[in-house]
Amino acid sequence: MKSNRRAIFGTITAGALAFGLAACGGGDSGGGEGISGELTASGASFPDAFYAAAIDAYAEVNPDLVLTYNAVGSGTGKSEFGEGINDFAGTDSPVGDDEGIEPGSYQYIPTVAAPITVSYNLPGVEELQLGQETLAQIFQGDITSWNDAAIAADNEGAELPDIDITIAHRSDGSGTTSNFTTFLDEATDSWTLGSGDTVEWPANAVGGEKNTGVAQAIQDTEGAIGYVDLADANASGLVTASIENADGNFTQPTLEGTTAGLEGAVVNDDLSYNPLNATGPDAYPITAPTYLIIRTDYEDADVAAGVKEFLTWLLTDGQELAAENDFAPLPDGLRQRALEALDETITD
Amino acid sequence: MRAGGVFGRSTTETGVTILTATASSRAPDDLDLGGDSRARATDRGFRGLVTFAGLTVLIVLGLILITTTLRALPAVREEGVIGFVAGTRWAPNDDVFGTFVMLHGTLVTSLIGMVIAVPVSIGIALFVAEVAHRRARKYIVTVIDLLATVPSVVFGLVGVLVVVPAITPAYQWFADSVASVPGLNAVFGTANTGRNYFTAGLVLAVMIIPIITSISREVFATVPEADKQAAYALGATRWEMIKGAMLPHSFGGLVGASMLGLGRAMGETIAVALVVGGSFHISANLFAPGNTMAAAIAQQWGESSGLHTDALVGIGVILFAITVLINFLARWVVRRAEIQMKGARS
Repeated sequence: MKSNRRAIFGTITAGALAFGLAACGGGDSGGGEGISGELTASGASFPDAFYAAAIDAYAEVNPDLVLTYNAVGSGTGKSEFGEGINDFAGTDSPVGDDEGIEPGSYQYIPTVAAPITVSYNLPGVEELQLGQETLAQIFQGDITSWNDAAIAADNEGAELPDIDITIAHRSDGSGTTSNFTTFLDEATDSWTLGSGDTVEWPANAVGGEKNTGVAQAIQDTEGAIGYVDLADANASGLVTASIENADGNFTQPTLEGTTAGLEGAVVNDDLSYNPLNATGPDAYPITAPTYLIIRTDYEDADVAAGVKEFLTWLLTDGQELAAENDFAPLPDGLRQRALEALDETITD
Repeated sequence: MRAGGVFGRSTTETGVTILTATASSRAPDDLDLGGDSRARATDRGFRGLVTFAGLTVLIVLGLILITTTLRALPAVREEGVIGFVAGTRWAPNDDVFGTFVMLHGTLVTSLIGMVIAVPVSIGIALFVAEVAHRRARKYIVTVIDLLATVPSVVFGLVGVLVVVPAITPAYQWFADSVASVPGLNAVFGTANTGRNYFTAGLVLAVMIIPIITSISREVFATVPEADKQAAYALGATRWEMIKGAMLPHSFGGLVGASMLGLGRAMGETIAVALVVGGSFHISANLFAPGNTMAAAIAQQWGESSGLHTDALVGIGVILFAITVLINFLARWVVRRAEIQMKGARS
């Protein structure tokens, strides 16, 4: 969907861009105080629940600025951004070289973060602790039974049944998979499957469509273990494992643990950051960041003003909506940096 | 389409020839009655328009084939044609694109679907054509046609939310029962999950039963009444009549009907994607999760980029080629069946 299509349909894209901007400026009532218009965004499905709630709430703050966010996936969102179809895009992963977006033409704005839970279905086992190496060996199929010595070593005194392990993973390409495998890749020595939106899972694995599909697969498979976002794990009533963090403590996937992880994360100059396996005694180690990417140069001033208006709200009042949707708000330091970056990118 | 050809010929034998002949002999008469060149011009214009419409299909098909093939080239070049088609390792994050796993999955799930659906469909069609009461027939036909209008995603959802949880214990029981039977224990091995080839085959079977049934029914309807009565006159029972008069006459049409079902099964995407298990491992075990070509394209498209996207398009090209191949094969089978039938009759 990238460069080739752009080359072939260059003119069509240009037309769509012009049309999009014209449509965006359509509802302009003269700038100044009341910013109005229509903004289109698309991208990551992972933060969709939060963005949907935020857009709903924002409609009451400023009903004249109408926003739509299509959860089409990070990859599609980025390519639409490159083609000028959307006004800003949501992504869980940094922009790559082959994704059709010019370097320097965009700015990351981190919005929220969320833990990726390791949920399991093992009747009678209510608490489970997993070390990082154990986790890697389970998910690459080296450990195939729940009563394996390595799992027992992490859970002293627990009674683990002799049931086959079934790995539940995303069958669709997913930023969640990317973050989860990146964690295993960076944090452990034993992980050999690499990282990416889709990786080569072992034979004792079963795929589910989206987070809901994985949650469903865990629910209806005895002995299953899989990675699911917190919102879906809670909605499906899944049992989550405590995961060993960088400090050697076992922590549950909670919003507090996630924010603790964000505080320990190193933030790059372009505001991309990696909260995986961050230090801190309470930090939950598998945390997925998510960003909105905005243009450094909007052709239409009204669109630019609208984007700035909404994102400023999202990073201030909008942050309060995060927790009730199972997302962790940004820690204050990172939030301030995001606001500053927004100010610098879109100057009035 | 193939089946259509068959009825065309079969109906010809039952008197449509005369109708066609009348129609074509009347057409010039009409024109002559009109008598002016305007009517001829209209006729020529119509001819041109219809020819264009016919060609459009070919052109669109050709363009699809060309653009997809071009798009898939980078990935195919990376692997080599043989590596791309026969490679068994699909690892997009390593830029390794062997599509054989999905070809295997498509063939296995479609085959399971066919093994279940064809006998059931022909059974239903025979029941409707020969056994059911005239009044009941109408309702049965309506219900089966209704089944064909259910969107495939609904079948997928029912499959993943209802069938999968309910059938997993049955799979496990069956696997345990045949665990000591050599051969069977490899084909029906451990079933840790209900999302597997077999469930996908079951869902496909339900989806293709309506199409196979409704065409089979029409094929049976073309069996000349005289043949049937002749069989009865010779003292045949109902089953002997079906076996001796109906099945041989309908063989070509039934193959056509089954192939249409197979085409639908191979191309089915979303229902299969939901229940097949999304695993890229080849296994003889039908109770193991797998993946099919169409399902894999749908699952991975959204977050793919670069070579990965090209490879997914490449899978589409292979699927297209296989569907065409199966169509030709079906035509060949139908033609052979007809030649045999005619030979037997003369």
